[in-house]
Amino acid sequence: MEMVCIVCPNGCRLTVTRQDGQIAVSGNKCKRGESFAVGELTHPTRSVTGSVRSTVKGYPVVSVKTDGEIPKDKIFDLMSLCRDLTITQPLPIGTVLVDDLFGTGVRLVTTRDMEEANE
Amino acid sequence: MRYDVAVIGGGPAGLAAAIRASEQGASVLLIEREAKLGGILKQCIHDGFGVVRFGEKLSGPEYADRFVKKLRQTNVQVSLLSFVTRTEKCDDGYKLTYVCKEGLKQVECGGIVLATGCRERTRNGIGIHGDRCAGVYTAGAAQNLVNILGVMPGKKVVVLGSGDIGLIMARRLTLEGAKVVGVYEAKPVASGLTRNIHQCLNDFDIPLHLSSTVTRVFGTTRLEKVEISKVDERMRPIVGTEQIVECDCLVLAVGLIPENELARDLQVPLDPKTKGAIVDQNCQTLAEGIFACGNALHVNDLVDYVSESGETAGSAVVRRGKRKLRPVSTEGKLLYVVPQRIDVNGGIDKVVMYFRASEELTNQRLVVTAGDETVFSKVYAKLLPPEMERIVVNFDTAHTLDDFTVRLEDK
Ligand SMILES: Cc1cc2nc3c(=O)[nH]c(=O)nc-3n(C[C@H](O)[C@H](O)[C@H](O)COP(=O)(O)OP(=O)(O)OC[C@H]3O[C@@H](n4cnc5c(N)ncnc54)[C@H](O)[C@@H]3O)c2cc1C
Ligand code: SF4
Repeated sequence: MEMVCIVCPNGCRLTVTRQDGQIAVSGNKCKRGESFAVGELTHPTRSVTGSVRSTVKGYPVVSVKTDGEIPKDKIFDLMSLCRDLTITQPLPIGTVLVDDLFGTGVRLVTTRDMEEANE
Repeated sequence: MRYDVAVIGGGPAGLAAAIRASEQGASVLLIEREAKLGGILKQCIHDGFGVVRFGEKLSGPEYADRFVKKLRQTNVQVSLLSFVTRTEKCDDGYKLTYVCKEGLKQVECGGIVLATGCRERTRNGIGIHGDRCAGVYTAGAAQNLVNILGVMPGKKVVVLGSGDIGLIMARRLTLEGAKVVGVYEAKPVASGLTRNIHQCLNDFDIPLHLSSTVTRVFGTTRLEKVEISKVDERMRPIVGTEQIVECDCLVLAVGLIPENELARDLQVPLDPKTKGAIVDQNCQTLAEGIFACGNALHVNDLVDYVSESGETAGSAVVRRGKRKLRPVSTEGKLLYVVPQRIDVNGGIDKVVMYFRASEELTNQRLVVTAGDETVFSKVYAKLLPPEMERIVVNFDTAHTLDDFTVRLEDK
Protein backbone atom coordinates (compact mmCIF):
# COMPACT_ATOMS: atom_id res chain seq x y z
CA MET A 1 0.00 0.00 0.00
CA GLU A 2 0.93 3.65 -0.41
CA MET A 3 1.23 6.13 2.44
CA VAL A 4 2.78 9.49 3.20
CA CYS A 5 5.39 9.78 5.94
CA ILE A 6 4.39 12.65 8.23
CA VAL A 7 7.46 12.61 10.46
CA CYS A 8 9.12 15.58 8.75
CA PRO A 9 8.14 18.17 6.11
CA ASN A 10 9.72 16.09 3.31
CA GLY A 11 6.55 13.99 3.27
CA CYS A 12 8.10 11.00 1.50
CA ARG A 13 5.67 8.79 -0.39
CA LEU A 14 6.15 5.32 1.01
CA THR A 15 5.29 2.00 -0.58
CA VAL A 16 4.61 -0.61 2.06
CA THR A 17 4.25 -4.32 1.39
CA ARG A 18 3.49 -7.09 3.82
CA GLN A 19 4.93 -10.52 3.13
CA ASP A 20 4.96 -13.50 5.49
CA GLY A 21 4.38 -11.26 8.49
CA GLN A 22 7.30 -9.02 7.45
CA ILE A 23 6.73 -5.38 6.51
CA ALA A 24 8.90 -3.98 3.71
CA VAL A 25 9.09 -0.19 3.19
CA SER A 26 10.49 1.75 0.23
CA GLY A 27 10.45 5.39 -0.87
CA ASN A 28 11.67 6.66 2.51
CA LYS A 29 14.58 9.11 2.50
CA CYS A 30 15.57 8.14 6.03
CA LYS A 31 15.13 5.41 8.60
CA ARG A 32 12.40 7.22 10.50
CA GLY A 33 10.13 6.61 7.50
CA GLU A 34 10.40 2.87 8.03
CA SER A 35 9.41 2.95 11.68
CA PHE A 36 6.60 5.36 10.80
CA ALA A 37 5.21 2.92 8.23
CA VAL A 38 5.46 -0.05 10.58
CA GLY A 39 3.77 1.97 13.34
CA GLU A 40 1.07 3.18 10.96
CA LEU A 41 0.16 -0.43 10.08
CA THR A 42 0.38 -1.88 13.57
CA HIS A 43 -0.53 0.93 16.01
CA PRO A 44 -0.84 4.41 14.43
CA THR A 45 0.11 7.23 16.80
CA ARG A 46 0.06 11.06 16.66
CA SER A 47 1.32 13.91 18.76
CA VAL A 48 -1.58 16.25 19.43
CA THR A 49 -1.89 19.94 20.28
CA GLY A 50 -4.91 21.66 21.73
CA SER A 51 -5.98 24.06 24.45
CA VAL A 52 -7.34 24.08 27.96
CA ARG A 53 -9.63 26.69 29.51
CA SER A 54 -8.29 28.97 32.20
CA THR A 55 -9.75 31.41 34.70
CA VAL A 56 -6.58 33.51 34.73
CA LYS A 57 -7.11 37.05 33.47
CA GLY A 58 -5.84 37.57 29.92
CA TYR A 59 -5.71 33.83 29.19
CA PRO A 60 -9.20 32.47 28.34
CA VAL A 61 -7.45 29.37 26.97
CA VAL A 62 -3.89 28.05 27.28
CA SER A 63 -2.27 25.96 24.56
CA VAL A 64 -1.13 22.41 25.37
CA LYS A 65 0.53 19.46 23.66
CA THR A 66 1.24 15.81 24.25
CA ASP A 67 4.99 15.49 24.87
CA GLY A 68 5.04 12.31 22.80
CA GLU A 69 2.70 10.33 20.61
CA ILE A 70 -0.56 8.80 21.71
CA PRO A 71 -2.64 6.20 19.85
CA LYS A 72 -4.51 7.82 16.97
CA ASP A 73 -7.83 6.40 18.17
CA LYS A 74 -7.38 8.27 21.47
CA ILE A 75 -7.25 11.74 19.89
CA PHE A 76 -10.90 12.56 20.57
CA ASP A 77 -10.64 11.12 24.08
CA LEU A 78 -7.78 13.52 24.65
CA MET A 79 -9.89 16.42 23.37
CA SER A 80 -12.69 15.66 25.84
CA LEU A 81 -10.12 15.27 28.60
CA CYS A 82 -8.84 18.77 27.72
CA ARG A 83 -12.40 20.11 27.90
CA ASP A 84 -12.70 18.74 31.45
CA LEU A 85 -9.61 20.59 32.69
CA THR A 86 -9.46 24.16 33.97
CA ILE A 87 -6.31 26.10 34.80
CA THR A 88 -6.90 28.37 37.78
CA GLN A 89 -3.51 29.95 38.38
CA PRO A 90 -0.66 31.27 36.19
CA LEU A 91 1.60 28.36 35.21
CA PRO A 92 5.03 28.47 33.60
CA ILE A 93 5.42 27.01 30.10
CA GLY A 94 6.00 23.25 30.13
CA THR A 95 3.87 22.59 33.23
CA VAL A 96 2.62 18.98 33.29
CA LEU A 97 -1.19 18.93 33.48
CA VAL A 98 -1.72 15.18 33.11
CA ASP A 99 1.01 12.71 33.93
CA ASP A 100 0.20 9.53 32.10
CA LEU A 101 -2.21 9.76 29.18
CA PHE A 102 -4.10 6.52 28.55
CA GLY A 103 -1.32 4.44 30.07
CA THR A 104 1.20 5.53 27.44
CA GLY A 105 3.52 7.41 29.78
CA VAL A 106 3.03 10.45 27.54
CA ARG A 107 2.21 13.68 29.39
CA LEU A 108 0.01 16.67 28.63
CA VAL A 109 2.03 19.88 29.02
CA THR A 110 1.33 23.58 28.55
CA THR A 111 3.07 25.32 25.64
CA ARG A 112 2.49 28.89 26.66
CA ASP A 113 3.95 30.99 29.41
CA MET A 114 1.38 32.61 31.71
CA GLU A 115 3.82 34.43 33.92
CA GLU A 116 3.76 37.55 31.84
CA ALA A 117 2.01 40.39 33.62
CA ASN A 118 -1.29 41.34 32.09
CA GLU A 119 -2.46 44.75 31.08
CA MET B 1 13.86 60.19 23.38
CA ARG B 2 16.32 58.79 20.86
CA TYR B 3 17.32 55.18 20.13
CA ASP B 4 19.91 53.79 17.75
CA VAL B 5 17.34 51.37 16.39
CA ALA B 6 13.55 51.10 16.44
CA VAL B 7 12.06 47.72 15.59
CA ILE B 8 8.41 47.80 14.57
CA GLY B 9 6.58 44.50 15.21
CA GLY B 10 7.18 41.97 18.00
CA GLY B 11 6.73 38.72 16.06
CA PRO B 12 9.59 36.29 15.44
CA ALA B 13 11.21 38.65 12.89
CA GLY B 14 11.13 41.68 15.21
CA LEU B 15 12.25 39.68 18.25
CA ALA B 16 15.27 38.29 16.39
CA ALA B 17 16.16 41.72 15.00
CA ALA B 18 15.87 43.46 18.39
CA ILE B 19 17.95 40.80 20.18
CA ARG B 20 20.67 40.89 17.54
CA ALA B 21 20.86 44.70 17.38
CA SER B 22 21.06 44.90 21.15
CA GLU B 23 23.81 42.26 21.26
CA GLN B 24 25.78 44.52 18.91
CA GLY B 25 25.62 47.28 21.49
CA ALA B 26 22.82 49.41 20.07
CA SER B 27 20.04 50.98 22.13
CA VAL B 28 16.85 49.41 20.83
CA LEU B 29 13.14 50.17 21.11
CA LEU B 30 10.75 47.36 20.14
CA ILE B 31 7.21 48.53 19.38
CA GLU B 32 4.31 46.05 19.30
CA ARG B 33 0.64 46.87 18.87
CA GLU B 34 -0.65 43.85 20.80
CA ALA B 35 -0.54 43.19 24.56
CA LYS B 36 1.99 40.38 24.23
CA LEU B 37 5.04 39.60 22.15
CA GLY B 38 5.22 36.70 19.69
CA GLY B 39 3.18 37.95 16.71
CA ILE B 40 1.12 35.42 14.83
CA LEU B 41 2.97 32.56 16.57
CA LYS B 42 0.87 33.11 19.68
CA GLN B 43 -2.12 31.61 17.90
CA CYS B 44 -0.29 28.93 15.87
CA ILE B 45 -0.56 26.31 18.61
CA HIS B 46 0.12 23.32 16.34
CA ASP B 47 3.64 21.92 16.20
CA GLY B 48 6.24 21.88 13.44
CA PHE B 49 8.08 25.14 14.18
CA GLY B 50 11.83 25.31 14.64
CA VAL B 51 12.82 22.08 12.90
CA VAL B 52 15.63 23.86 11.01
CA ARG B 53 16.87 26.04 13.87
CA PHE B 54 16.39 23.89 16.96
CA GLY B 55 16.04 20.41 15.43
CA GLU B 56 12.81 20.07 17.42
CA LYS B 57 9.14 20.21 16.56
CA LEU B 58 7.92 23.11 18.68
CA SER B 59 4.49 24.71 18.76
CA GLY B 60 4.27 28.37 17.74
CA PRO B 61 4.01 29.74 21.32
CA GLU B 62 6.98 27.61 22.42
CA TYR B 63 9.09 28.88 19.53
CA ALA B 64 8.19 32.48 20.36
CA ASP B 65 8.84 31.90 24.07
CA ARG B 66 12.49 31.02 23.42
CA PHE B 67 13.02 34.41 21.81
CA VAL B 68 10.97 36.34 24.35
CA LYS B 69 13.07 34.84 27.16
CA LYS B 70 16.25 35.77 25.32
CA LEU B 71 14.95 39.29 24.76
CA ARG B 72 14.39 39.71 28.50
CA GLN B 73 18.14 39.24 29.02
CA THR B 74 18.94 42.19 26.76
CA ASN B 75 18.51 45.92 27.28
CA VAL B 76 15.84 46.21 24.61
CA GLN B 77 13.05 48.60 25.62
CA VAL B 78 9.68 47.06 24.81
CA SER B 79 6.58 49.17 24.24
CA LEU B 80 3.43 47.03 24.08
CA LEU B 81 -0.08 48.07 23.02
CA SER B 82 1.67 50.61 20.84
CA PHE B 83 0.69 51.11 17.24
CA VAL B 84 3.03 52.96 14.91
CA THR B 85 0.96 55.30 12.81
CA ARG B 86 3.60 57.41 11.13
CA THR B 87 7.24 57.28 10.18
CA GLU B 88 9.11 60.19 8.66
CA LYS B 89 12.61 61.30 7.86
CA CYS B 90 14.28 63.77 10.21
CA ASP B 91 17.74 65.42 10.33
CA ASP B 92 19.67 62.53 11.65
CA GLY B 93 17.52 59.48 11.09
CA TYR B 94 13.80 58.96 11.48
CA LYS B 95 10.94 60.11 13.64
CA LEU B 96 8.23 57.65 14.66
CA THR B 97 4.76 58.46 15.94
CA TYR B 98 2.91 55.81 17.85
CA VAL B 99 -0.32 55.52 19.81
CA CYS B 100 -0.05 53.86 23.19
CA LYS B 101 -1.89 53.83 26.51
CA GLU B 102 -0.40 57.17 27.48
CA GLY B 103 -1.58 58.68 24.21
CA LEU B 104 0.45 59.84 21.24
CA LYS B 105 4.22 59.48 21.52
CA GLN B 106 7.16 60.37 19.32
CA VAL B 107 10.68 58.98 19.27
CA GLU B 108 13.67 59.51 17.09
CA CYS B 109 15.94 56.73 15.92
CA GLY B 110 18.94 56.19 13.71
CA GLY B 111 17.60 53.14 11.89
CA ILE B 112 14.27 51.34 11.54
CA VAL B 113 13.56 47.63 11.19
CA LEU B 114 10.14 46.94 9.70
CA ALA B 115 8.95 43.59 11.07
CA THR B 116 5.22 44.14 10.72
CA GLY B 117 4.37 40.69 9.31
CA CYS B 118 1.66 40.09 6.75
CA ARG B 119 -2.07 40.39 6.42
CA GLU B 120 -4.56 37.97 5.01
CA ARG B 121 -6.53 38.33 1.82
CA THR B 122 -10.18 38.82 2.64
CA ARG B 123 -13.53 38.15 1.00
CA ASN B 124 -13.27 41.48 -0.84
CA GLY B 125 -9.76 40.60 -1.98
CA ILE B 126 -11.00 37.56 -3.86
CA GLY B 127 -14.42 38.87 -4.86
CA ILE B 128 -16.99 36.49 -3.35
CA HIS B 129 -20.49 37.81 -4.03
CA GLY B 130 -23.60 37.60 -1.93
CA ASP B 131 -25.07 38.64 1.37
CA ARG B 132 -23.22 40.60 4.02
CA CYS B 133 -23.73 38.15 6.86
CA ALA B 134 -21.81 37.07 9.94
CA GLY B 135 -19.85 33.83 9.89
CA VAL B 136 -17.23 34.62 7.24
CA TYR B 137 -13.74 34.69 8.75
CA THR B 138 -10.20 34.74 7.51
CA ALA B 139 -8.24 31.72 8.75
CA GLY B 140 -6.18 33.95 11.02
CA ALA B 141 -9.27 35.50 12.62
CA ALA B 142 -10.78 32.03 13.15
CA GLN B 143 -7.46 30.80 14.57
CA ASN B 144 -7.36 33.72 16.97
CA LEU B 145 -10.93 33.05 18.14
CA VAL B 146 -10.32 29.37 18.85
CA ASN B 147 -6.74 29.37 20.08
CA ILE B 148 -6.53 32.66 21.99
CA LEU B 149 -10.09 33.48 22.99
CA GLY B 150 -11.45 29.93 23.21
CA VAL B 151 -14.51 30.75 21.10
CA MET B 152 -15.74 28.60 18.22
CA PRO B 153 -16.50 30.50 14.99
CA GLY B 154 -19.17 27.99 13.91
CA LYS B 155 -20.48 24.45 13.96
CA LYS B 156 -20.59 23.50 10.30
CA VAL B 157 -17.61 24.85 8.44
CA VAL B 158 -16.45 25.27 4.85
CA VAL B 159 -12.76 26.02 4.39
CA LEU B 160 -11.65 27.78 1.21
CA GLY B 161 -7.97 27.30 0.36
CA SER B 162 -5.79 24.23 0.74
CA GLY B 163 -2.58 25.90 1.90
CA ASP B 164 -1.12 24.78 5.21
CA ILE B 165 -3.06 27.38 7.19
CA GLY B 166 -6.37 26.17 5.72
CA LEU B 167 -5.51 22.52 6.39
CA ILE B 168 -4.40 23.19 9.93
CA MET B 169 -7.59 25.14 10.68
CA ALA B 170 -9.73 22.33 9.22
CA ARG B 171 -8.15 19.91 11.69
CA ARG B 172 -8.27 22.31 14.61
CA LEU B 173 -11.98 23.07 14.18
CA THR B 174 -12.73 19.35 13.82
CA LEU B 175 -10.86 18.56 17.03
CA GLU B 176 -12.86 21.23 18.83
CA GLY B 177 -16.11 19.62 17.77
CA ALA B 178 -17.09 21.42 14.54
CA LYS B 179 -18.07 19.54 11.40
CA VAL B 180 -15.80 20.59 8.53
CA VAL B 181 -17.87 19.85 5.46
CA GLY B 182 -14.97 20.20 3.09
CA VAL B 183 -11.86 22.06 2.00
CA TYR B 184 -12.22 23.70 -1.41
CA GLU B 185 -9.32 24.70 -3.63
CA ALA B 186 -9.48 26.57 -6.93
CA LYS B 187 -6.21 25.11 -8.22
CA PRO B 188 -6.11 21.57 -9.58
CA VAL B 189 -3.54 20.59 -6.90
CA ALA B 190 -3.48 21.19 -3.16
CA SER B 191 -1.12 23.98 -2.02
CA GLY B 192 -0.23 22.60 1.39
CA LEU B 193 2.44 20.09 2.30
CA THR B 194 1.54 16.47 1.56
CA ARG B 195 2.00 15.59 5.20
CA ASN B 196 -0.61 18.16 6.17
CA ILE B 197 -3.10 16.74 3.65
CA HIS B 198 -2.49 13.44 5.37
CA GLN B 199 -2.48 14.38 9.04
CA CYS B 200 -5.04 17.21 8.88
CA LEU B 201 -7.57 15.95 6.32
CA ASN B 202 -7.19 12.20 5.74
CA ASP B 203 -6.83 11.42 9.45
CA PHE B 204 -10.24 12.98 10.04
CA ASP B 205 -11.98 12.05 6.76
CA ILE B 206 -12.33 15.69 5.71
CA PRO B 207 -12.96 15.82 1.96
CA LEU B 208 -10.75 17.95 -0.30
CA HIS B 209 -12.40 19.34 -3.45
CA LEU B 210 -9.97 20.58 -6.09
CA SER B 211 -10.71 22.98 -8.99
CA SER B 212 -13.66 24.37 -7.02
CA THR B 213 -14.30 27.64 -5.28
CA VAL B 214 -16.95 29.51 -3.31
CA THR B 215 -18.80 31.85 -5.68
CA ARG B 216 -21.55 33.19 -3.44
CA VAL B 217 -22.59 33.31 0.20
CA PHE B 218 -26.15 33.37 1.55
CA GLY B 219 -27.53 34.37 4.94
CA THR B 220 -29.77 37.06 6.38
CA THR B 221 -27.90 37.73 9.60
CA ARG B 222 -25.76 34.61 9.94
CA LEU B 223 -24.25 32.57 7.10
CA GLU B 224 -26.64 29.79 6.07
CA LYS B 225 -25.11 28.31 2.92
CA VAL B 226 -22.50 28.87 0.23
CA GLU B 227 -22.52 28.28 -3.49
CA ILE B 228 -19.62 26.21 -4.80
CA SER B 229 -18.66 26.20 -8.47
CA LYS B 230 -16.15 24.20 -10.44
CA VAL B 231 -13.50 26.36 -12.11
CA ASP B 232 -11.70 25.98 -15.41
CA GLU B 233 -7.94 25.86 -15.82
CA ARG B 234 -7.79 29.67 -15.71
CA MET B 235 -9.69 29.52 -12.43
CA ARG B 236 -12.90 31.03 -13.83
CA PRO B 237 -16.12 29.56 -12.45
CA ILE B 238 -17.91 27.24 -14.90
CA VAL B 239 -21.58 28.17 -15.33
CA GLY B 240 -23.94 25.28 -14.60
CA THR B 241 -21.69 23.57 -12.05
CA GLU B 242 -23.08 25.49 -9.06
CA GLN B 243 -23.86 23.47 -5.98
CA ILE B 244 -25.25 24.61 -2.63
CA VAL B 245 -23.50 23.58 0.59
CA GLU B 246 -25.08 24.33 3.96
CA CYS B 247 -22.78 25.77 6.62
CA ASP B 248 -22.73 28.45 9.30
CA CYS B 249 -19.07 29.37 8.93
CA LEU B 250 -16.77 30.05 5.98
CA VAL B 251 -13.04 30.13 6.68
CA LEU B 252 -10.96 31.92 4.05
CA ALA B 253 -7.37 30.72 3.79
CA VAL B 254 -6.66 32.39 0.50
CA GLY B 255 -3.27 33.96 0.84
CA LEU B 256 -1.07 36.39 2.70
CA ILE B 257 0.28 39.77 1.64
CA PRO B 258 3.22 41.56 3.33
CA GLU B 259 2.05 44.43 5.54
CA ASN B 260 3.70 47.54 4.19
CA GLU B 261 1.67 50.59 5.13
CA LEU B 262 4.67 52.11 6.89
CA ALA B 263 7.05 51.38 4.03
CA ARG B 264 4.64 53.17 1.72
CA ASP B 265 4.61 56.10 4.11
CA LEU B 266 8.36 56.38 3.80
CA GLN B 267 8.19 55.89 0.04
CA VAL B 268 10.33 52.79 0.24
CA PRO B 269 10.18 51.13 -3.20
CA LEU B 270 8.36 47.77 -3.17
CA ASP B 271 8.82 44.73 -5.36
CA PRO B 272 5.54 44.00 -7.18
CA LYS B 273 6.38 40.29 -7.11
CA THR B 274 6.96 39.89 -3.36
CA LYS B 275 4.77 42.89 -2.39
CA GLY B 276 7.47 43.65 0.17
CA ALA B 277 10.32 46.14 0.04
CA ILE B 278 13.22 45.81 -2.38
CA VAL B 279 16.25 44.94 -0.24
CA ASP B 280 19.93 44.11 -0.44
CA GLN B 281 21.48 41.01 1.15
CA ASN B 282 21.46 42.73 4.55
CA CYS B 283 17.69 43.36 4.40
CA GLN B 284 18.27 47.09 3.92
CA THR B 285 15.65 48.70 1.68
CA LEU B 286 16.48 51.30 -0.94
CA ALA B 287 15.96 53.95 1.76
CA GLU B 288 19.13 54.32 3.85
CA GLY B 289 18.66 53.08 7.39
CA ILE B 290 15.34 51.31 6.80
CA PHE B 291 15.37 47.54 6.96
CA ALA B 292 12.64 44.96 6.39
CA CYS B 293 12.50 41.35 7.52
CA GLY B 294 10.22 38.37 8.09
CA ASN B 295 6.81 38.29 6.46
CA ALA B 296 6.84 42.04 5.90
CA LEU B 297 9.64 41.39 3.40
CA HIS B 298 8.13 38.35 1.68
CA VAL B 299 5.75 35.68 2.88
CA ASN B 300 7.75 32.83 4.39
CA ASP B 301 6.53 29.31 4.99
CA LEU B 302 9.11 28.45 7.65
CA VAL B 303 9.45 30.59 10.73
CA ASP B 304 13.11 29.53 11.01
CA TYR B 305 13.91 31.70 7.98
CA VAL B 306 11.83 34.54 9.38
CA SER B 307 14.12 34.58 12.42
CA GLU B 308 17.15 34.36 10.16
CA SER B 309 16.15 37.46 8.22
CA GLY B 310 15.42 39.26 11.50
CA GLU B 311 18.93 38.52 12.70
CA THR B 312 20.40 39.68 9.41
CA ALA B 313 18.50 42.98 9.64
CA GLY B 314 19.29 43.38 13.33
CA SER B 315 23.03 43.15 12.92
CA ALA B 316 23.17 45.14 9.69
CA VAL B 317 21.13 48.06 11.03
CA VAL B 318 23.86 48.60 13.61
CA ARG B 319 26.86 48.21 11.31
CA ARG B 320 25.62 50.05 8.26
CA GLY B 321 27.81 52.13 5.98
CA LYS B 322 27.96 53.48 2.46
CA ARG B 323 26.50 51.16 -0.12
CA LYS B 324 27.14 50.32 -3.76
CA LEU B 325 24.01 48.52 -4.92
CA ARG B 326 23.86 46.27 -7.94
CA PRO B 327 20.61 44.76 -9.20
CA VAL B 328 19.92 41.04 -9.31
CA SER B 329 18.04 40.13 -12.45
CA THR B 330 15.98 36.98 -12.80
CA GLU B 331 15.44 34.68 -15.79
CA GLY B 332 13.18 31.70 -16.27
CA LYS B 333 10.17 30.55 -14.32
CA LEU B 334 10.90 32.32 -11.06
CA LEU B 335 8.10 33.89 -9.03
CA TYR B 336 10.60 36.00 -7.11
CA VAL B 337 14.10 36.24 -5.74
CA VAL B 338 15.12 38.00 -2.51
CA PRO B 339 17.38 40.00 -2.21
CA GLN B 340 16.71 42.05 -5.32
CA ARG B 341 19.97 44.03 -4.90
CA ILE B 342 23.49 43.17 -3.78
CA ASP B 343 25.67 45.68 -1.96
CA VAL B 344 29.15 45.19 -3.38
CA ASN B 345 30.87 47.90 -1.36
CA GLY B 346 33.95 46.40 0.29
CA GLY B 347 33.47 43.06 -1.48
CA ILE B 348 31.04 40.29 -0.65
CA ASP B 349 31.41 36.72 0.46
CA LYS B 350 28.34 34.66 1.29
CA VAL B 351 24.84 35.79 0.37
CA VAL B 352 21.67 34.02 1.49
CA MET B 353 19.04 34.07 -1.25
CA TYR B 354 15.43 32.92 -1.19
CA PHE B 355 13.36 32.10 -4.24
CA ARG B 356 10.12 30.50 -5.37
CA ALA B 357 9.33 28.89 -8.71
CA SER B 358 6.36 30.40 -10.57
CA GLU B 359 4.82 27.00 -11.36
CA GLU B 360 5.26 23.35 -10.51
CA LEU B 361 8.47 22.24 -12.25
CA THR B 362 10.59 19.09 -12.41
CA ASN B 363 14.30 18.63 -13.18
CA GLN B 364 15.43 22.21 -12.91
CA ARG B 365 18.80 23.81 -12.46
CA LEU B 366 19.16 27.09 -10.60
CA VAL B 367 22.19 29.09 -11.72
CA VAL B 368 23.57 32.28 -10.20
CA THR B 369 25.99 34.29 -12.32
CA ALA B 370 28.16 37.35 -11.72
CA GLY B 371 29.20 38.88 -15.05
CA ASP B 372 29.62 35.81 -17.24
CA GLU B 373 30.89 33.57 -14.44
CA THR B 374 28.72 30.95 -12.80
CA VAL B 375 29.12 31.25 -9.04
CA PHE B 376 26.40 28.83 -7.96
CA SER B 377 24.44 26.00 -9.47
CA LYS B 378 22.05 23.50 -7.96
CA VAL B 379 19.75 20.86 -9.41
CA TYR B 380 16.19 20.43 -8.14
CA ALA B 381 14.17 17.30 -8.92
CA LYS B 382 10.98 19.19 -8.08
CA LEU B 383 10.03 22.80 -7.37
CA LEU B 384 6.63 23.95 -6.13
CA PRO B 385 5.47 27.59 -5.77
CA PRO B 386 4.23 27.08 -2.16
CA GLU B 387 7.66 25.91 -1.05
CA MET B 388 10.26 28.63 -0.63
CA GLU B 389 13.84 27.60 -1.38
CA ARG B 390 16.91 28.97 0.36
CA ILE B 391 20.43 28.93 -1.06
CA VAL B 392 23.76 30.28 0.15
CA VAL B 393 25.83 31.74 -2.66
CA ASN B 394 29.54 32.23 -2.21
CA PHE B 395 30.88 35.13 -4.29
CA ASP B 396 34.49 34.58 -3.16
CA THR B 397 35.64 33.38 -6.55
CA ALA B 398 33.78 35.97 -8.62
CA HIS B 399 36.01 38.34 -10.60
CA THR B 400 33.32 40.85 -11.47
CA LEU B 401 30.89 41.95 -8.79
CA ASP B 402 28.23 43.14 -11.20
CA ASP B 403 25.57 41.87 -13.60
CA PHE B 404 24.11 39.42 -11.11
CA THR B 405 21.56 37.02 -12.53
CA VAL B 406 19.52 34.23 -11.00
CA ARG B 407 18.29 31.84 -13.69
CA LEU B 408 16.08 28.79 -13.58
CA GLU B 409 16.56 26.43 -16.53
CA ASP B 410 15.59 22.92 -17.59
CA LYS B 411 18.22 20.44 -16.58
C1 LIG C 1 -2.99 33.17 10.04
C2 LIG C 1 -1.57 32.77 9.86
C3 LIG C 1 -1.18 31.47 10.18
C4 LIG C 1 0.15 31.06 10.01
N1 LIG C 1 0.48 29.78 10.29
C5 LIG C 1 1.77 29.38 10.14
C6 LIG C 1 2.18 28.08 10.42
O1 LIG C 1 1.34 27.25 10.76
N2 LIG C 1 3.48 27.73 10.31
C7 LIG C 1 4.43 28.62 9.89
O2 LIG C 1 5.63 28.28 9.84
N3 LIG C 1 4.06 29.87 9.59
C8 LIG C 1 2.77 30.26 9.69
N4 LIG C 1 2.40 31.51 9.36
C9 LIG C 1 3.44 32.35 8.86
C10 LIG C 1 3.94 33.15 10.04
O3 LIG C 1 3.37 34.42 9.88
C11 LIG C 1 5.44 33.27 10.06
O4 LIG C 1 6.03 32.03 10.22
C12 LIG C 1 5.94 34.22 11.15
O5 LIG C 1 5.11 34.23 12.28
C13 LIG C 1 6.08 35.60 10.61
O6 LIG C 1 6.76 36.39 11.55
P1 LIG C 1 6.83 37.95 11.47
O7 LIG C 1 7.54 38.38 12.67
O8 LIG C 1 7.34 38.35 10.14
O9 LIG C 1 5.30 38.42 11.50
P2 LIG C 1 4.18 38.33 12.64
O10 LIG C 1 4.32 37.11 13.46
O11 LIG C 1 2.90 38.54 11.92
O12 LIG C 1 4.49 39.59 13.57
C14 LIG C 1 4.27 40.92 13.15
C15 LIG C 1 3.99 41.76 14.38
O13 LIG C 1 4.00 43.13 14.03
C16 LIG C 1 2.98 43.81 14.74
N5 LIG C 1 2.66 45.03 13.99
C17 LIG C 1 2.24 45.13 12.69
N6 LIG C 1 2.06 46.43 12.33
C18 LIG C 1 2.38 47.17 13.42
C19 LIG C 1 2.41 48.59 13.68
N7 LIG C 1 2.08 49.49 12.75
N8 LIG C 1 2.80 49.02 14.93
C20 LIG C 1 3.14 48.11 15.88
N9 LIG C 1 3.14 46.77 15.67
C21 LIG C 1 2.77 46.30 14.47
C22 LIG C 1 1.86 42.78 14.80
O14 LIG C 1 0.98 43.02 15.86
C23 LIG C 1 2.64 41.47 14.99
O15 LIG C 1 2.80 41.13 16.35
C24 LIG C 1 1.09 31.96 9.52
C25 LIG C 1 0.70 33.27 9.20
C26 LIG C 1 -0.61 33.68 9.36
C27 LIG C 1 -1.01 35.11 9.01
S1 SF4 D 1 11.10 9.18 5.49
FE1 SF4 D 1 12.50 10.49 6.67
S2 SF4 D 1 12.88 12.18 5.24
FE2 SF4 D 1 11.06 11.15 4.48
S3 SF4 D 1 9.33 12.26 5.42
FE3 SF4 D 1 9.82 10.51 6.75
S4 SF4 D 1 11.20 11.38 8.27
FE4 SF4 D 1 11.17 12.80 6.58
